[in-house]
Amino acid sequence: MIFSARSRAARRVTPAARNRLLIRVGAAAAFFYSCGFFCSAAWSQQTEPATPVVVQPGAPGKPSKTLPPSTRAKLPPRSQADVEFMQGMIMHHAQAVEMTALIASHTENKELRSLGARIRSSQSDEIKLMQRWLAARGERISVEMPGMDMSSHTSDRQLMPGMLTPEQMDALRKAQDAEFDHLFLTGMIQHHDGALIMVKGLFDTAGAGQDADVFNFATDADNTQRAEIRIMQNMLEKKLLEEKR
Amino acid sequence: MNQVSSVAFRVAVAAMFLCSGVSRIAAQEPAAAAPTQGAPKQDSSKQDAAKPGATKNEKGDEDENENPFAPQPAQPLPAGMTGSDVSDPRFKLTSGMYDAAETSMGMKHLQLVKKPDAFQLGSADADDPKVQKMLGQLGIGGGAAKMPKPLQLVIAQLAFANSDLAFQGNHLFQGNFYGVNIYDISNPANMTLLTSMVCPGGQGDVSVYKNLLFMSVEMPNGRLDCGVQGFPPEPPPAAGHEKERRLLAAQKDRFRGVRIFDISDIKNPKQVAAVQTCRGSHTHTLVQDPNDKENVYIYVSGTSFVRQTEELAGCSGEKPDKDPNTALFRIDVIKVPVAAPQDAKVVSSPRLFIDPRTGALNGLNNGGTHGKGGEKPQDTNQCHDITVYSAIGLAAGACSGNGIVLDIKDPVHPKRLDAVNDPNYSYWHSASFSNDGSKVVFTDEWGGGLGARCRPNDPNKWGADAIFSLKENKLSFANYYKLPAAQADTANCVAHNGSLIPVPGRDIEVQAWYQGGVSVVDFTDAAHPFEIAYFDRGPIDPKILVLGGEWSAYWYNGSIYGSEIARGLDVFELIPSKFLTQNEIDAAKTVRVPELNVQNQQKIAWPAQLIVAKAYLDQLERSQALPANRIAELRKAIQSAESSHMSKGKVKKLESMAPSLEKSAAASSPAEAARLHALADILKHPSA
Repeated sequence: MIFSARSRAARRVTPAARNRLLIRVGAAAAFFYSCGFFCSAAWSQQTEPATPVVVQPGAPGKPSKTLPPSTRAKLPPRSQADVEFMQGMIMHHAQAVEMTALIASHTENKELRSLGARIRSSQSDEIKLMQRWLAARGERISVEMPGMDMSSHTSDRQLMPGMLTPEQMDALRKAQDAEFDHLFLTGMIQHHDGALIMVKGLFDTAGAGQDADVFNFATDADNTQRAEIRIMQNMLEKKLLEEKR
Repeated sequence: MNQVSSVAFRVAVAAMFLCSGVSRIAAQEPAAAAPTQGAPKQDSSKQDAAKPGATKNEKGDEDENENPFAPQPAQPLPAGMTGSDVSDPRFKLTSGMYDAAETSMGMKHLQLVKKPDAFQLGSADADDPKVQKMLGQLGIGGGAAKMPKPLQLVIAQLAFANSDLAFQGNHLFQGNFYGVNIYDISNPANMTLLTSMVCPGGQGDVSVYKNLLFMSVEMPNGRLDCGVQGFPPEPPPAAGHEKERRLLAAQKDRFRGVRIFDISDIKNPKQVAAVQTCRGSHTHTLVQDPNDKENVYIYVSGTSFVRQTEELAGCSGEKPDKDPNTALFRIDVIKVPVAAPQDAKVVSSPRLFIDPRTGALNGLNNGGTHGKGGEKPQDTNQCHDITVYSAIGLAAGACSGNGIVLDIKDPVHPKRLDAVNDPNYSYWHSASFSNDGSKVVFTDEWGGGLGARCRPNDPNKWGADAIFSLKENKLSFANYYKLPAAQADTANCVAHNGSLIPVPGRDIEVQAWYQGGVSVVDFTDAAHPFEIAYFDRGPIDPKILVLGGEWSAYWYNGSIYGSEIARGLDVFELIPSKFLTQNEIDAAKTVRVPELNVQNQQKIAWPAQLIVAKAYLDQLERSQALPANRIAELRKAIQSAESSHMSKGKVKKLESMAPSLEKSAAASSPAEAARLHALADILKHPSA
């Protein structure tokens, strides 16, 4: 009740609306006859202009300060580690997409197909997200295209953590069915473990990960890939059990 | 590092030349996969139709194909799945930041208050050459001049995204990754900003209790002193020293956890405490102990990285078999003495996922596999959000891989009673109870909220609500509910935060779906949920997915408030439709609460007013649970009681009609019986 009388009065009013408001506040005051102090406070506030304030609290126990109305938001400082993380992760993800693209022609395993579809869907989306992030900041977009021939650069090409070597990728392309399943699962676990290393490296770097989009994306990728690693480990264990039988 | 950059550069250059090829590859992939997944042929035509953004695309299709930033089209529908409705008017809305087309059913948009300037980048930035260059790279190029300035400034700005809402009296608290905005909502159709409180750190989940405001902080830029400067990044390395780190990542002034503000002066909030936690606070839940008025509790759900022990002693991100004190696989409980909030501290870290037989801390599986037999994966290591319902002593946790039910009678030591998983669920995100506690609605935030997940080809069992029945503390699945309307591929859309609407006799929830808008669902029959009202506006942009949309949509004392991530704060009112009568809306409005923190669910009680009786009568008429003549008779009696200003005789007449209703209840279904009993109760002691 007290809130009702108090902040009604505090709200911004046009002169035309003021009369209506006064009547309403008056009615509220009459109704909540016991509000005493607060009502008188409300009446005195009535005359003050209801301009919004911008405040910035201090550390716990310290006073807050009022900022000028012209205050605009600021982004935390740029970190080169963020840019390199996004560029590197695009390349990293592109390989996962390339790996999942093999599934349709290399195995009939339903469970693997379903998992592959999910990985492919989420990582393709995330590549887009990273590209947008880099472009919005005027940074280069490094992108590894599926099927693009980079063999001439293979020797000096530095792979991101966990990425499959050209030899591992060749072996995967040549495998079929059960062998493919095994190589895919062990390869993708290695690949995902590498992503976790990249995320940890990001957050262990001074000033990195302060950008909201990078933070959110890295956190989400970490959670998703952790879950997928467990799923794949389980699929491998199950396969082993079946083979023993 | 240099080597990486040079490769990156070469690849980038290659990308410039090959980008048309890339899009062709991307476009071909889903089509090639289609036959193996058995997607029906009509899907491709649906997908073509799935470009509502094309309405504002002046450059034509060819150009769109060449834009490497064009959104990823949805994969074909998996076999046996159905997608959302492309004939719904919500699918074809034109885009725009503040001028997007809008449509609604059963509700009316009253006002949008734009996000305050203090929470937007300085307008000078729009003319920054980097912004123009960025737009060029995004494929907008020369079109930038036609593009509204506000849009140029909101691209990729999660840093200033609006988030969750809390309410107290006439004040609305809107969380933001950059702080909190406080509005006066005494006139809901004319909300006014009172205070912008700058204090970055994301995601700014808020709760309010008396003179205390609580706020979640999880990001590494969070500072104890609410500073906006964050922390200095590692300077560029000197040649030959690329691998050396010169700055420590650990910072004693960093804050990740729950902040507590004193809001006695609403225009001058003061930080009174900042309780640090190892994983920060992604969300938090205010918990009141009915037997303890001196303290309130905060359940802290941390979902991001565990910080270094150099920064906060005792924090470990190890696996539980390596470190039994790991900060993974737990929530944290903060005890807040109401009279001395500065003394707030973590008092327990419950291991909610423990296996009671083996004692393993990681005892819950995520249900991510579809196969039967064998060990299941066990990786649920966090809750995303928890809703407590102290009136029934229970909480429902949405915990990444699982939905769980907790006994919270001892709030410091919550105990797990049940856990479920679901093969269609990607990420268990939030939960809410029906008022009688017999149902729990969970949400699946597939894609984390940043993705378009309501496209025509996105399965309507993925990224949906899952409604469970709750009986003797056991959950059993009833059905899914997903926004029925398909959305553009530039609209981030998935199930998100909602609250109950207190219509007596029905279970109704209003819910936010990001750029899918607001949807109101009736889940009275858990197996057959259906939509009864909605609001939607077109996506922010037709060509690029720009993060936006409703984060939360909550009913508070008669209005629906929507926290729009990019645009600001929305308010709506319900209007009658064939699904909801004016009496039902008016009856919902009789319920007034002094405070609302949606995840601290309060039992709704309706006054014994005749308007509530009229709402029940409308429902009994709709379901034909009572014959038309008896309904007419009851309505007449109610009306004469009202017009006689509750004269003794007329009230006696109402009272005399109660027993026959109770007799009818005995022969009705449980839902109808509950309505009949509630109606009879009002007639026995009615007030105007």
